[in-house]
Amino acid sequence: MSRRPLVREVPPTSWFFRHPRYLRYMAREVTCIFIGAYCVLLVVGLQRLAAGQASYEAFLAALRSPASIVFHALALVAAVYHAATWFNATQKAMPVQVGEDFLPGTVISGAHYVAWVVLSFVVLFLAGVF
Amino acid sequence: MKQRLVQLEVLRYNPDTDSEASFQRYEVVCQDEWVVLDALNKVKESIDPTLNYRWSCHMAVCGSCGMMINGEPKLACHAFLRDYEGVIRIEPLAHFPIERDLVTAPDDFMEKLKRVKPYLIPQQKRSLDEGENRQTPAQLMKFRQYSMCINCMLCYAACPEYGLTPKFIGPAALTLAHRYNQDSRDAGRAERQEVAATHEGVWECTFVGACSEVCPAHVDPASALQQMKISSSIDWLKEHLMPWGSK
Repeated sequence: MSRRPLVREVPPTSWFFRHPRYLRYMAREVTCIFIGAYCVLLVVGLQRLAAGQASYEAFLAALRSPASIVFHALALVAAVYHAATWFNATQKAMPVQVGEDFLPGTVISGAHYVAWVVLSFVVLFLAGVF
Repeated sequence: MKQRLVQLEVLRYNPDTDSEASFQRYEVVCQDEWVVLDALNKVKESIDPTLNYRWSCHMAVCGSCGMMINGEPKLACHAFLRDYEGVIRIEPLAHFPIERDLVTAPDDFMEKLKRVKPYLIPQQKRSLDEGENRQTPAQLMKFRQYSMCINCMLCYAACPEYGLTPKFIGPAALTLAHRYNQDSRDAGRAERQEVAATHEGVWECTFVGACSEVCPAHVDPASALQQMKISSSIDWLKEHLMPWGSK
């Protein structure tokens, strides 16, 4: 009798097709690419603003192109999905113990959603929407 | 009692004769209320005595009968046949070397478990004369769920990080480190951090969360690891931004 354990390798590029929970995880991770791309767009906008009025107006005109509108729509959906998945995960990372019990997870996640809404209104207020 | 014909497709591997593992199909008449482990026992008793698998308690306490059932890490004693239709595919726990048939080699997990020092490390040794080391219910609740781990390794089989990067200390061992870190009677966190707060430790975890979804003891390893990341980050900030406050 010999000991010769068989090692089965995990396919490095296709493992996430093995179960829907892995696909959900990859969706959460992949949506951050849109958030990164939008950050780059904001930096480019700042750079154009610094370059002068003509440069900035050309940038604003480019934002109104169909391709830009499609990108913004996709980035918005991705950002909302990304934020929601992380807000839902906060209850695991930040449990709050009160006496012998823990606050329900929905309270922790809910507080993040409330903060999100409040901060969004603050940003809209600062942007002069109201 | 209702009976049904159950078809099992079991991954077989004999280290003496095989270079690869292959599936073998069994058909066995089972009672409707049986679990997968009962079906395997029936196969071993009446069809194929050479089939190898581990089990002991048959009540989801010992953690011995972990295996992949239709691709999901499960305790075979906790997987009811009535919840499955068609052929049930049974494989050894993923991410562990196959010793023989459904028996895997747990050596790597046992080694990692040892490294996180999963036991109380008190500040000062107490003599028996000093009596019980008391704890309030609130102090107990802080870590209680993490002490329910039965070391079944299902979380390792579910964790893609462990499968792709075997040096990862992994969910159950790190969760037990957290369990003792959270214990009011313990003072061993600094020793455990040498293993836990490393790239092989909590920082290898990318929060897939599969560990918590498959745990048969309702432990939440994903929460333990994220909390350890936060406390390790606070350690780092204190050390680099507030060196006067780190000790």
